[in-house]
Amino acid sequence: MAKVKSLDDLKKIKEEFLSKEELQKNGDKSLGIVQIKVAMATCGIASGAKKTMDYLINELDNRAIDAVVTQTGCMGYCYAEPTIEVTLPGKEPVVFGYVDEKRAGDIIEKYIQGGELVGDVIPVNYETIEEHNIE
Amino acid sequence: MAKDKKQIRIALRNCGFINPENIDEYIARDGYQALGKALEMTPEEVIDEIKKSGLRGRGGGGFPTGLKWELTRKVEAEQKYVVCNADEGDPGAFMDRSILEGDPHTVLEAMAINGYCTGASKGLIYIRAEYPLAIERLKIAIGQAREYGLLGDKIFGKDFSFDIELRYGAGAFVCGEETALIHSMEGLRGEPTVKPPFPSESGYKGAPTNVNNVETYANIPVILLKGSGWFASIGTEKSKGTKVFALAGKVNNVGLIEVPMGTTLREVIFDIGGGIKSGKKFKAVQTGGPSGGCLTEKHLDIPIDYDNLIASGSMMGSGGMIVMDEDDCMVSVAKFYLDFTVEESCGKCAPCRLGNKRLYEILDTITQGKGTEDDLFKLRNLGNVIKDTSLCGLGQTSPNPVLSTMENFYDEYLAHVKDHKCPAGQCKALMSYIINPDACVGCTLCARVCPVDAISGEKKMPHVIDQSICIKCGACFEKCKFGAIFIE
Amino acid sequence: MDIVKLTIDNTPVVVEKGTTVLEAAKTVGVEIPTLCYMKLDDMEFENKPGGCRVCVVEIEGRRNLAPSCKTECEEGMVVNTHSVRVVNARRTVTELILSDHPFECLVCSKSGKCDLQTLAQDLGIREIHYQGEKSTYKSDKSPAIIREMDKCIMCRRCETACNDVQTVGTLSAIYRGFKSVVAPAFEMDLDHTNCTFCGQCVAVCPTGALIERDHTWKVMEAIINPEKTVIVQTAPAVRAALGEEFGMEPGTLVTGKMVTALRKIGFDYVFDTDFAADLTILEEGTELLGRLSRFLSGNKDVKLPILTSCCPAWVNFFEHHFPEMKDIPSTAKSPQQMFGAIAKTYFADKLQIKRENLVVVSVMPCLAKKYEASRDEFKVNGDPDVNISITTRELAQMIKNANLKFTELPDDDFDRPLGESTGAGVIFGTTGGVIEAAVRTAYELHTGKELDRLDFEELRGLEGIRSATIDFDGLPINIGIAHGLGNARKLLEDIKAGKSQFHAIEIMACPGGCIGGGGQPYHHGDVNVLKKRQKAIYEEDAGKTIRKSHENPYIKKLYEEFLGEPCGAKSHELLHTKYFDKKKKIEI
Ligand SMILES: Cc1cc2nc3c(=O)[nH]c(=O)nc-3n(C[C@H](O)[C@H](O)[C@H](O)COP(=O)(O)O)c2cc1C
Ligand code: SF4
Ligand code: SF4
Ligand code: SF4
Ligand code: SF4
Ligand code: SF4
Ligand code: SF4
Ligand code: FES
Repeated sequence: MAKVKSLDDLKKIKEEFLSKEELQKNGDKSLGIVQIKVAMATCGIASGAKKTMDYLINELDNRAIDAVVTQTGCMGYCYAEPTIEVTLPGKEPVVFGYVDEKRAGDIIEKYIQGGELVGDVIPVNYETIEEHNIE
Repeated sequence: MAKDKKQIRIALRNCGFINPENIDEYIARDGYQALGKALEMTPEEVIDEIKKSGLRGRGGGGFPTGLKWELTRKVEAEQKYVVCNADEGDPGAFMDRSILEGDPHTVLEAMAINGYCTGASKGLIYIRAEYPLAIERLKIAIGQAREYGLLGDKIFGKDFSFDIELRYGAGAFVCGEETALIHSMEGLRGEPTVKPPFPSESGYKGAPTNVNNVETYANIPVILLKGSGWFASIGTEKSKGTKVFALAGKVNNVGLIEVPMGTTLREVIFDIGGGIKSGKKFKAVQTGGPSGGCLTEKHLDIPIDYDNLIASGSMMGSGGMIVMDEDDCMVSVAKFYLDFTVEESCGKCAPCRLGNKRLYEILDTITQGKGTEDDLFKLRNLGNVIKDTSLCGLGQTSPNPVLSTMENFYDEYLAHVKDHKCPAGQCKALMSYIINPDACVGCTLCARVCPVDAISGEKKMPHVIDQSICIKCGACFEKCKFGAIFIE
Repeated sequence: MDIVKLTIDNTPVVVEKGTTVLEAAKTVGVEIPTLCYMKLDDMEFENKPGGCRVCVVEIEGRRNLAPSCKTECEEGMVVNTHSVRVVNARRTVTELILSDHPFECLVCSKSGKCDLQTLAQDLGIREIHYQGEKSTYKSDKSPAIIREMDKCIMCRRCETACNDVQTVGTLSAIYRGFKSVVAPAFEMDLDHTNCTFCGQCVAVCPTGALIERDHTWKVMEAIINPEKTVIVQTAPAVRAALGEEFGMEPGTLVTGKMVTALRKIGFDYVFDTDFAADLTILEEGTELLGRLSRFLSGNKDVKLPILTSCCPAWVNFFEHHFPEMKDIPSTAKSPQQMFGAIAKTYFADKLQIKRENLVVVSVMPCLAKKYEASRDEFKVNGDPDVNISITTRELAQMIKNANLKFTELPDDDFDRPLGESTGAGVIFGTTGGVIEAAVRTAYELHTGKELDRLDFEELRGLEGIRSATIDFDGLPINIGIAHGLGNARKLLEDIKAGKSQFHAIEIMACPGGCIGGGGQPYHHGDVNVLKKRQKAIYEEDAGKTIRKSHENPYIKKLYEEFLGEPCGAKSHELLHTKYFDKKKKIEI
């Protein structure tokens, strides 16, 4: 990797990454990739996030679903760990709580494959820095 | 839509969004841009931005961050250090851990900016060894940042070099106090020294050292990117931005939250926290961990900020927030925190080493039902003297849980010492299991489950519990199908 | 010089910038009580952990009370040292300290000299409102020092003495909170550590937590045993301090009264360690001249500088910390041990008694001497050359036990032959004295000329490291002096690095030398006490008719009748010793 020498270098990395992501998300539905983020902080891991992640990777593979499963930090919903965030191509991300192996199976079958929401969806209850404007 | 959202995520902006082990994802969310931008400015300009943002230290004390940087900058020295305090030792607090695990680069970036502003070329992160995942992710992040040239020599091609190393703490709470932290990093006994001199004058190895908390750092890049005006528009007059809390206890939605300064406790507990579990009644909320106090119903509508919390007898602390319901005994709560302080006191100064021990012992006597009203006077005097005379912040705040519960729940203390009753039914020594002879059908079930044979009675006749034998295990109470056993 | 103006208890005060509130208050007659604080000006000893919080004061505008010992005066400060808030806090904190302290004043060896006891008295504490569990620790009894940590108040003075001043590093705070205590690592017994038994920790401990091992009873047992002849030797520094135990002004010389008291206590002969000090000078001086002349004649294997070896704590120090340099110090035994060796041979022969029936007692300003006396190489068939070593403080106790009104005792003189001494022997009691005594003798032996002056002011004083060049009739001899083991360490590091310019170095473990020894009456942080003792020592020297060791007639006689010549065969057998590598012993 070449060293970042300027803000422009930095922006290039950003754009490359974003366009790759964009492609994954917004390609037409058959091409688009399902993105799943598993909250893998100490709290998530303590309540079984690792098992959930392994299960997801295996099961998606078994069912030949094109998906990227990545780890991420704590989403803050400790009461509902393990939590995962699922982004279907062309759709808004949805956060599911209490995702043990059984619920992970349900989510794959009903939401990812069927497009139908399955209980305990955690509503996004905060503003991002992009959203927050000075009134 | 934004109106009904109570939280704004600044410090936690990337947690749960990015893969913390991939620097590209951080960069994709504008990571390291603030550093690049800062290096285009003069250090004074950057410090000025931070000052204008009104950011105050999130490690507990609430010292203005920009001012601290300026103080460190002004001391002339060959070598200076920038330290990130990731000791996080309050029981129940894990805000810093979450940031380090979810967004390690933001801390690295902010430390580099701090280094640029203060004139330090070296950063140290003091992290407790009990945080293996955070350590792992920090190591990966530091490696990646070095690879990208975002740490190391001539960052962004500018005449600025900065690198970061990790230092591990053994997990003593007091090592979070900045002078103790520095001594611990120097390989000395982790105990505080009297300030002044402040670390900004004489810190690590005698060099000027700027110590900031993890969450404080996590705010820095955003301030530079969105502008100090944007940041300062959030919050109250004297406390700007947001605060991350670890919401715990008897609320429905426990978890990590980030709310603008000025949010009320009611909003946090009832809106974000989803109210009290099992429909019980709210009793108190403890903020600031072992340094803080218990706030009550009457404090629910106070906007949360540094000064309001102190004025109400508590503290912002690092962000622990524990909600209690009617079943919680306030004397026991105070005792719980004192137990922690007694364990964690470094032992250097007499009031904290001995005073907290005595406070604990008095509280213990009270929960044993052996307290007197005189003990309440002692608690108050001792608590005040410990606060007034202790050497460091630990002792200066450790009586807060006692003093604030006495202030707000004096009746409950009185009930313990005068009537020898625990209104919340928590203090075992103060309760009695009693069989109501009118409801008891003499099924003998209770007598059979009692582990110490405290219950006697003929079949089909009301039974009685011998209070001198009963160990208050509650087994009979659980088992009785007729609701004949009650607690007094 | 920057000054600051402030008010303390409504009195305006002007002090130099950097002055603490405690010191500033003193200038206007306000004595704020302290406990952990101790500062010995000129002695590089400063203990200001700010831990006891007894010295707190109220400073307007500050949220909390401030420790006056640690708080520097600032312009415009308004200080109150006795508001209700302050007095209540001070008393409460003192009560807390007492609440974790055994109430053993009646039987405590520190009683009457204990800073904690005095504080409780001064504050008029009559009740301890806060009671509870007391911390307990195992007690540790070494041959020299007893540690009763139940009485420790965590003032950390011992730690400062051991680490900062002596750089030995035996003692440090361990454990946390209520359980915290100052102790050797892993709470090992002192005996198994690298402790030098210098006793400086004992000298500064405010309470009875650190005390000497009391051997007075062993002395009494020997005295009443009809089969034993009991003789006593008294070290030079004792006579300059003993009077303090009886309320006399520091620096009062009580040599004559001390001799009378010792006789009355029942010793059969009262001798003087100063005699052995003269003997030491002949042996050490001769050794120095020997090494020097071999060096000057081109022998590069000769180890220079030569280091004095009369301080047993210093010997322990290099055995533990610099064993690789153990061939540099003089092999001459300390005066205490030279005395013992001569007493058990020469003098026992004179009395025609078996050495086992001669009990040699030493009165020393020193705790290391207790340990030294117990070393195996100083025993013959298990019989030690010096049987019992007691301190100045223990002697005072024996005098009190004997119901003697010390201040009114008449003067008396030491017995002969081992009681005759010169001024050179006397000054062994202070830093710089040993080397000055050695110069007086070595000069004359080397040059064959008589010195025209005997007072070498350039070697005197209290600075931690001093040096001077003395002209040995054309041969410039570079002399170094260090007192306090931290200073000794610096000189040793130089020697190790090949940077030392010295031919001879005097080292004393205790700051001030033996006048500041661990067995002396407590100075309670008043450095003037040490200065006055030093002055007294030089006075005694000046008053002596013979002031050079080699002119002591009884020393001459000893060589003629018994030893032959300095550094001869008999001397080597009786008066010289060897050193051991003790580094490995402390590894765990
Ligand atoms: C007993 C005690 C424990 C502390 N623990 C922590 C801690 O775990 N993390 C932290 O950031 N600050 C802690 N602090 C506060 C630090 O001393 C210091 O004020 C802080 O790191 C400064 O950073 P800030 O200005 O960014 O808040 C503690 C203070 C005390 C008195
Ligand atoms: S207040 Fe407590 S933690 Fe702080 S220095 Fe004193 S004993 Fe140590
Ligand atoms: S509470 Fe436990 S010990 Fe007491 S009577 Fe019931 S079963 Fe027996
Ligand atoms: S150390 Fe002092 S206070 Fe304690 S028992 Fe001895 S004399 Fe009394
Ligand atoms: S006697 Fe000297 S070396 Fe030993 S512990 Fe005390 S101060 Fe340290
Ligand atoms: S042993 Fe004595 S000097 Fe050492 S800390 Fe305890 S009380 Fe102080
Ligand atoms: S200087 Fe004197 S008192 Fe101190 S240890 Fe050495 S011989 Fe003993
Ligand atoms: S004397 Fe000042 S804190 Fe102890």
